[in-house]
Amino acid sequence: MTEILQPQSPGIPLPVPTLYSQPYWDGCKVGEPRYQRCRDCGAITMDPAPACSGCFSTNLDWEVSTGQGEVYSWTTVWRPQTPAFTVPYVAVIVTLDEGFWLLANLINCPVDAVHVGMRVKTVFVELSEEITLPYFEPAE
Amino acid sequence: MGGGRVAGRVRGRLDIEAVARHPFHDVAIVGIANSDQARMLDGHDSTTITFQAVHRVLADTGLGPSDIDGVAAGPFSGPLTYYMRNGPSWRSHMVPSIPIILDAASAIATGQCHTVLVAHGSAGVYTERTSTAPWTRPANEFVVAYGMFTAAEFALIAQRHMHMHGTIPEHLATVAATIRNNGHAHPDAVYHGRGPFTPDDILASRMVADPFHLLDCAMTSEGACALILTTRERARDLPTKPVYILGGASDSFGPSYQHPPAWDLAGPSGRINGYAGRWAAQKSFAMAELGPTDVDVCEFYDPFSFEIIRQFEAYGFCGEGEGGEFIMGGRIGPGGQFPVTTDGGTMSFSHGGAAVQQLQRVFRGVEQLRGACATSQVPGAQVAMCSNGGAGALFTDVMLLGTETP
Ligand SMILES: [Zn+2]
Repeated sequence: MTEILQPQSPGIPLPVPTLYSQPYWDGCKVGEPRYQRCRDCGAITMDPAPACSGCFSTNLDWEVSTGQGEVYSWTTVWRPQTPAFTVPYVAVIVTLDEGFWLLANLINCPVDAVHVGMRVKTVFVELSEEITLPYFEPAE
Repeated sequence: MGGGRVAGRVRGRLDIEAVARHPFHDVAIVGIANSDQARMLDGHDSTTITFQAVHRVLADTGLGPSDIDGVAAGPFSGPLTYYMRNGPSWRSHMVPSIPIILDAASAIATGQCHTVLVAHGSAGVYTERTSTAPWTRPANEFVVAYGMFTAAEFALIAQRHMHMHGTIPEHLATVAATIRNNGHAHPDAVYHGRGPFTPDDILASRMVADPFHLLDCAMTSEGACALILTTRERARDLPTKPVYILGGASDSFGPSYQHPPAWDLAGPSGRINGYAGRWAAQKSFAMAELGPTDVDVCEFYDPFSFEIIRQFEAYGFCGEGEGGEFIMGGRIGPGGQFPVTTDGGTMSFSHGGAAVQQLQRVFRGVEQLRGACATSQVPGAQVAMCSNGGAGALFTDVMLLGTETP
């Protein structure tokens, strides 16, 4: 029987937002995969940053992604980082359709089905009052 | 040489050959020492094991604390300077790995000091064995909740290469078996006598982070390493055979373990993280007036098996995507064209923590060029290439050592 990947249980270490990443985590709480776009040069910056990675301008706006993309690279982890994590879990770098990378875990998917090029979409899991975590799941 | 002549006139003399020489070439590594290495070193902490390596490196060179006028030892720089009472001395503030050796060489070459002690060690740091080692899992808001640690970060690099170029697990396993067999033979390796290993043994070990099996990964241990650098002039009066710094440089793409470790991460330069170390290697070869075919021994950093394949491509030993086939057929083993990581590296010799095992690549490069290796000595080795880091960590440092300078 092939195992279906699940989100992690509460108790894992959680992100501590910074001044400039807080809008990203606020977006997760309302189901919006947010990213930054530069008002000066139009480039996308991700992970959230204090300056544009295209022109280093600080003139950045938040936009909402479709949350759709495809797997750029992946790894299935069988030795947990700490006992707080349940294995197996799959880490993926996803190229979102807007053109930026995001690292997250893949869920709702058979453990042996992940591959480069696999279409995925964002799904949110609430882990605490402050943190709702984005995961990816197969997009059909 | 036009540049040499101009510089010679500015300096008011016509020593063109000396002016044209790269400043690193005036610096020699004259002392090397490893402390005891073990999975756990009873009765030691990081400071005491570092001091053991320092005592040994002073004995190697016949120098005393008062001969040292520069210290480059990360968190131990302050204590060493204070307890050796060698102040006022120059001090480096860098992490003790290849960049700190280049920092020390620059300080010597520019006359800030003449003899630098480089050291680092680690013991008693990794005690919570149900988790991966603490230095493998720095907390950052974009990785912390996804269970990331170094093996998973480097796996994302390897998996992308396998997808693009058809690199297969057998290629990775061949690297791991080669390096582990070097450690198996080495009497001072933590995993001495644990082999020999075939690629099938590597593939049969349990999976850690696909494509890395347990035996594709660095192990964890404790130990220290120390080096002494001085001027070419002073090296003549010392009992050890000097080994010269022919070239060295670093490529960084950002902080380790915070952002997605993408193979194609790049800016407008088009230079990609997947080939981190390529530009440092090109600069190093230019300083040394050498190319990859001149390298006799490859003391490459081996946090994970795939990293060796990546480095042969990055440094120009083979074409892009050809690394998997390149390392096959005994090319990187004892007696091969490019023997790698000849003491067993982080997979088998020792992996003391965040930095000490990076210094040990340079220790081994020097030992090879002294012709003093108890095992896996490359006969007549004259040029060694040493490296640190890896694309999973968004940086690679490179250094070339030689028995002679151009
Ligand atoms: Zn911009």
